[in-house]
Amino acid sequence: MSAAREAILSRLRAVARETRAGAAAVEARLADRKPNLVPARARQPRRETIDGFRRMAIEASAVVRRIRHTDDIPDAVMAILRSENRPARLAMAPDAMLEALGWNRAMVEIRSGRAEAHDEVGLSVAFAGIAETGTLMMASGPTSPATLGFLPESHIVVLSADDVRGAYEDGWALLRARGGLPRTVNFITGPSRSADIEQKLQMGAHGPRNLHILLIDPDAAEPPGDR
Amino acid sequence: MMSLKRPRVALFVTCLVDLFRPTVGFAAIKLLEAAGCAVEVPRLQTCCGQPAFNSGDSETARALARSVVGAFEGYDYVVAPSGSCGGMIKKHFPELFEHEPGWRARAEALAAKTFELVSFLVDVRKLDRVSARFSGTVTYHDSCSGLRELGVKEQPRRLLASVEGLRLVEHADAETCCGFGGTFCVKYPEISTHMVAEKCAQAAKTGAGHLLAGDLGCLLNMAGRMRREGRAVSVRHVAEVLADMAEGPGLGEAAGRWSP
Amino acid sequence: MVAVTSPAFEANARAALVDAKLQKALGHIKDGFVQRRTAAAARLPEFDALRDLAKEIKDHTLDHLDLYLAHFERRVTESGGVVHWCRDAAEARETVLTICHAAGAKSVTKGKSMVGEEIALNDFLEKNGIEPVETDLGEYIIQLRREPPSHIIAPAIHVNKEQVAEAFRAAHTELPADRPLEEPAALLAEARAMLRRKFLAADIGITGANFLIAETGSTVIVTNEGNGDLTQMLPRVHVVLASIEKVVPTLEDVSTILRLLARSATGQEFSVYTTFSTGPRRPADLDGPEQFHVILLDNGRSAMLGTPFQEMLRCIRCGACLNHCPVYGAVGGHAYGWVYPGPMGAVLTPWLVGLDQAKHLPNASTFCGKCESVCPMRIPLPGLMRRLRERAHLERLDAPVARGALAAWSFVARRPRLYCAVAAIAARTLASLGGRAGCLRRLPLARGWMQGRDMPAPEGRTFMAQWRERAR
Repeated sequence: MSAAREAILSRLRAVARETRAGAAAVEARLADRKPNLVPARARQPRRETIDGFRRMAIEASAVVRRIRHTDDIPDAVMAILRSENRPARLAMAPDAMLEALGWNRAMVEIRSGRAEAHDEVGLSVAFAGIAETGTLMMASGPTSPATLGFLPESHIVVLSADDVRGAYEDGWALLRARGGLPRTVNFITGPSRSADIEQKLQMGAHGPRNLHILLIDPDAAEPPGDR
Repeated sequence: MMSLKRPRVALFVTCLVDLFRPTVGFAAIKLLEAAGCAVEVPRLQTCCGQPAFNSGDSETARALARSVVGAFEGYDYVVAPSGSCGGMIKKHFPELFEHEPGWRARAEALAAKTFELVSFLVDVRKLDRVSARFSGTVTYHDSCSGLRELGVKEQPRRLLASVEGLRLVEHADAETCCGFGGTFCVKYPEISTHMVAEKCAQAAKTGAGHLLAGDLGCLLNMAGRMRREGRAVSVRHVAEVLADMAEGPGLGEAAGRWSP
Repeated sequence: MVAVTSPAFEANARAALVDAKLQKALGHIKDGFVQRRTAAAARLPEFDALRDLAKEIKDHTLDHLDLYLAHFERRVTESGGVVHWCRDAAEARETVLTICHAAGAKSVTKGKSMVGEEIALNDFLEKNGIEPVETDLGEYIIQLRREPPSHIIAPAIHVNKEQVAEAFRAAHTELPADRPLEEPAALLAEARAMLRRKFLAADIGITGANFLIAETGSTVIVTNEGNGDLTQMLPRVHVVLASIEKVVPTLEDVSTILRLLARSATGQEFSVYTTFSTGPRRPADLDGPEQFHVILLDNGRSAMLGTPFQEMLRCIRCGACLNHCPVYGAVGGHAYGWVYPGPMGAVLTPWLVGLDQAKHLPNASTFCGKCESVCPMRIPLPGLMRRLRERAHLERLDAPVARGALAAWSFVARRPRLYCAVAAIAARTLASLGGRAGCLRRLPLARGWMQGRDMPAPEGRTFMAQWRERAR
């Protein structure tokens, strides 16, 4: 298909445009990672940013539970399993922090790894939270399989308040600082839904019906809890 | 408030007003004069060329545009009782001459001083009230070209608010097209009918006895549909009401027949 | 091949106008998409400024399209993926088939892709013994019904739930025939279960791309269901179908445009899933495809570049122009007769199937301008439709009757004195025909008008005649 490649590119090159700058300008633009316009709502102080994230995520039909510390994760997860009448089984990201937690393995069956077809609940850790729309930023990798967020009916995501940022662009800056893009970056804003039948919104189309966010937020003003 | 010298305003009558509703032309003159303008009506006017332009016949459109530019460029302002024709001169004449710099400059100069009637009264002549009476409830349709090409929205409502005895009620989807669309209504009559029926239903739903707008194309379409459906809603140009010249029958009405 | 029925637009439209089910379905658009878009735009004070920026980003990219595509290709290759360049639909279909054969694929899942519709991929794969399964709920429904989408973001918007149930009963014969399927929830649950099996069994997943990012070699899809993600993460091979104008320079640029996409499309603040895919799975990854292919399709785009129609290449397929178009709202998407309906389709379709086939589409607009006023990318849709009318006129594709009428009118309108005389006669004649009623119910040569409305009669004498008299 290299004939097609040359044919297409030469047609594109042949179009003379007054506004065309040239290769150097393109390289410069690609190297310039300056955000264009970041809405005011995404440029708030830390506390407002975290609270804004929570508010927007709830609006997108996620359930947000604030906890004080990572040690509180197992209890919160167990409470979710009970509230949804799920069997005590969990597909969990092989994340060092999650694995080091004091799970009562007699009470819950935990499989570390990617999600499989029969998994009802997946647990993973968010790379960041984006306040402007209550969006979770998930970065795939050996400790963060993307399937956990799509195959199970319920997806539980741990997000540290320290990783909440205002704008999508802030998320990209964090990711670049870490060394670039993984195979998959998922921006997740609420649980799966479809309005394809008579424009009526229904939750849980192909992905999770429920999205739970465990927000580790030690200095929240209000007491911890749901919503 | 205004300069002492009265601006010379050329009235672009529009072909539909000329043919169907001369009252609108006289109403426009009355309003312009009341707003301190010296109004003239250039003899050599026919049509702005929009039917040709929108049919893809740019050659004819250009020919008509040249004659409009020639006949009207000597005045301080050009005013049309139509957002559609006004928009043609103001927005599309310059486009027509994209490859003729000389004519383009003349078209742009004309465009800069061309206005739709009601927006001219409010935005340029700074009018905020008229002296007119009209007893009845009216609803106002925002004609597409006036609204989206020229920003005519609040101006007619402001002046209508000053008409003694008049009550304005908004209909749902006032900004939705009535389905006229120039040649569209004869090329795709079923679709056009569907749209104008929806428009008439929304207007009638308000209970208003009168439907007003600033463009005769839309008005003929809506009035024609109102009559066909036998609805007791009188349809007329907003200038007639503002100029206190709305005592005659509405569009498509028998004299003395309607008194909604 | 998706049959092109655009030449029959008038008949299609007439049928649509009397289709009660369709009319009811179209009614949902106004209460849904339109109101929600208005609210979402109003809630973001920077919305219009973002539209200006988004336009700038795409204009700049299109001006340097060869450079950005070459850079994109380089990045895809560096991350272990393969880019395939295809000039037309046939080349793109063959490329997909070659990838399928190389992978020994029998079953293919598909995320929603308008380019997939454009190249009529499903029929082609079926003919070659490969089962394509659409996984977006709306696309799945229309695939079962064997029809094209009627809306670019809500492909089954014309279908009611009874028709969905009917399609499911006919297709899912392994399920009990007497199962209840009255409620949308039951339909969704059934589709979810059936498609889950397909996701797990597929050898190849094909998605479209909302954007390509030159900086990183990433492809981006935006969905609410998550089907596009299951499509690309479960099979061994991920194939992306993208037309060449989808590229943007950087992650910052795509972020700017993403702030407009969902708000313009569904009125959501953000779609549920926005997914950035870069290459195949990495060595230590636990999931994701082993191969990553990007098909870059031209199919007529390069011919639009450098012309006034380059502006159309900014389109991000949000569907706002469809949702707000009173003509689309009256006749629905199928009337337009091909893959892309509404105002964006009226501009694009003539380029892709030929103006002779699609000459009705740019004409079927009142130029009300609503589409342009809501287009997040500020595409001057009515202006572009008008240019297509101009081209049709130059190529003498317009109807002889209309051409004749226009020529006669033009002859008169160019001669002011003659015009005045003709107008005076017409005004008097029509006024007398209208008589005391003040309006006409019948008029030769005005059948179109008279079909749906009366003709208000003129007052009797033209303005110009009266004015001359007064001035005397």
